[in-house]
Amino acid sequence: MADMELTGAEIVVRCLRDEGVRHIFGYPGGAVLNIYDEIYKQKDFQHILVRHEQAAVHAADAYARCTGQVGVALVTSGPGATNAVTGIATAYMDSIPMVVITGQVPTAAIGQDAFQEVDTVGITRPCVKHNFLVKDVKELASTIKKAFYIAATGRPGPVVVDVPKDVTQHKCAYAYPKSVTMRSYNPTSKGHAGQIKKAAQMLLEAKRPILYTGGGVVLGNAAEQVTELARLLGYPVTNTLMGLGGYPSPDPLFLGMLGMHGTIEANMAMQHCDVLLAVGARFDDRVVGNPKHFAKEAHRIIHIDVDPSSISKRVRVDVPIVGEVGQVLDEIIKLIKAGKEKPDQQALKAWWAQIELWRSQDCLKYDRSAPVIKPQFVVEKLYEVTGGDAFVTSDVGQHQMWAAQYYKFAKPRRWINSGGLGTMGFGLPAAMGVQMAHPDATVACITGEGSIQMNIQELSTCKENKLPLKIILLNNGYLGMVRQWQEFFYEERYAESYMTSLPDFVKLAEAYGHVGMTIEKPEDVEPALRDAFGKYKDRLVFLNFLTDPRENVFPMIPAGKGLSEMILV
Amino acid sequence: MRHIISLLMENESGALSRVSGLFSARGYNIESLTVAPTEDATLSRMTIVTRGSDDVIEQITKQLNKLVDIVKVQDLTDGSHIERELMLVKVRASGEMREELKRMADIFRGHILDVSDKTYTIELTGPGTKLDAFLAAIDPAAILETVRTGASGIGRGDRVMKI
Ligand SMILES: Cc1ncc(C[n+]2csc(CCOP(=O)(O)OP(=O)(O)O)c2C)c(N)n1
Repeated sequence: MADMELTGAEIVVRCLRDEGVRHIFGYPGGAVLNIYDEIYKQKDFQHILVRHEQAAVHAADAYARCTGQVGVALVTSGPGATNAVTGIATAYMDSIPMVVITGQVPTAAIGQDAFQEVDTVGITRPCVKHNFLVKDVKELASTIKKAFYIAATGRPGPVVVDVPKDVTQHKCAYAYPKSVTMRSYNPTSKGHAGQIKKAAQMLLEAKRPILYTGGGVVLGNAAEQVTELARLLGYPVTNTLMGLGGYPSPDPLFLGMLGMHGTIEANMAMQHCDVLLAVGARFDDRVVGNPKHFAKEAHRIIHIDVDPSSISKRVRVDVPIVGEVGQVLDEIIKLIKAGKEKPDQQALKAWWAQIELWRSQDCLKYDRSAPVIKPQFVVEKLYEVTGGDAFVTSDVGQHQMWAAQYYKFAKPRRWINSGGLGTMGFGLPAAMGVQMAHPDATVACITGEGSIQMNIQELSTCKENKLPLKIILLNNGYLGMVRQWQEFFYEERYAESYMTSLPDFVKLAEAYGHVGMTIEKPEDVEPALRDAFGKYKDRLVFLNFLTDPRENVFPMIPAGKGLSEMILV
Repeated sequence: MRHIISLLMENESGALSRVSGLFSARGYNIESLTVAPTEDATLSRMTIVTRGSDDVIEQITKQLNKLVDIVKVQDLTDGSHIERELMLVKVRASGEMREELKRMADIFRGHILDVSDKTYTIELTGPGTKLDAFLAAIDPAAILETVRTGASGIGRGDRVMKI
């Protein structure tokens, strides 16, 4: 029946509906106007209009991070697509499931240097899990289905679907495929039983064990299993920056974050362990530093990851297990519970005594009696005032590390940051994505005055959508992390890391219709936060904390050095 | 170590650039790369000759497997295999050189495909080392032009790569 045929634009919208999408983030333009016209006519999902395409992609990305669902963004061709690239690369580096639909010039114009034409598939190829150019409307629905499937399965990642304008006009019959089979794409889901057995045995034989877990545990919804396994055995746990919340931080088995700005106890335990269980983590350079100096004593490594290429990439592994981390951990737990063997309690006691010795150095201490506001203090107070139950997004820099060190995340998907790409400008749009997904949740964005200015225009999007975010600006007047490196490694030559002419952030917030506050004294920190989360609960509050401009992030392991070359306060 | 990696991949536009892009982005080297559709027109077969330590080769095969368009990856060098490359060489063939070049072509089991009064165009197939040997055996001054396809490889005996 010819009247059952839909246009490509209608098909895009129907696919999103049939995929169960409830929110999409985007920005219109010529190549996607047909799609926007269909969005206008429907009520199945809400479109959030951002002020810059980068923000649309970050918001969709954070939406995915905090819900586990695939985030969706829609942008136009040319500059719309290039503006989206930073967001796509950010999601790619952190393995975030996302579908980005980009408009493209009509098929006949492709390759002609047409107005607003870029080779989107070519530009995004190195920073997507996969991408498609849809040349025929008959392939549109099946391609969108594939895009969602690829984005969400295996090691997740962003998928770009580039849709030429004429394809959005052409018509064909519509049917959304129920399932997808692709002969070229079959992600492994179940771990090898023999390897799992070996892993369980190795864990039981450990004398100085440690569990090292990363973003894969959060993405793979395996926090419960990690917690169960650690408690079953009484073994210590450390998380990567991406893995925070994968184990409840306030717990005594938790040693804190490891890596460049990790705790002494976590990094030392990594160095001196005899059995290392790595789960959904990839031994990256900010975590183990130089792999040549990694781990002092003879040790064996078990590595569970859904992506085979993450295994033995930087560090040789003894027991590799490819599979969904939750499923593999379930099996390991089952085996350990079924067997009679218990870990060597004597050895474990000695190991914990050693760990407590490292922990007693209290490496996250800072000067609490200072007359200026210490950034760490702000994060600690934020933790208290929000009852440890906020969604916290961050940008990139010192503030990000302080957020990671001092906000004790108890649940997965609460800590939303750009770990892999380290994208300044991520925090505010990310907070928007989280608040759209969880309208009633408490959402805070911890940021720096450098980072917040990279997507500050989104204060307008927040106003339009009445998003009651709390922006916690740790304003040290410097590109602080850059300044810290210059202090340590460039003999205090502070090249271009000091910004003058910062805006009056209070007035700026007010200009966008929000509440702004500047906080200058330590004793005002808590009352300001209480006001923000109490009196102004329903408003966006921009809290400009003037913090110690010279504070540094400790501990620190210089780039390329081994874990034991840590700089302390 | 030199490795020959065979791939079966979807015959889609862009698939080739995903493979070559992967090699350049990750700093892997490509000695040669050949690709053409198979008897099943929806599939292409690619042969890549590369060099690297065992760790690097392991990463290369894993990363290739990760590409969504790639159906199968096999390191041919893991077992016994056959490797062939085609070369076309245009040589200056005048005077007493003419006979000599004809003889060399015969020894290497080449075919002369095209003849002019001053040149021969010779076709040779074999493993890359044989083609190298031919070029080394003739007078370098006689070589006007060479074109090589890069190696294609296939497993020996029952070793079959199919889906
Ligand atoms: C888009 C982008 N450009 C540059 C950098 C490099 N960089 C990393 S941290 C940093 C300083 C961040 O300053 P600010 O946002 O004020 O945070 P602070 O370190 O002071 O807490 C810079 C410039 C980056 N990560 N991202």
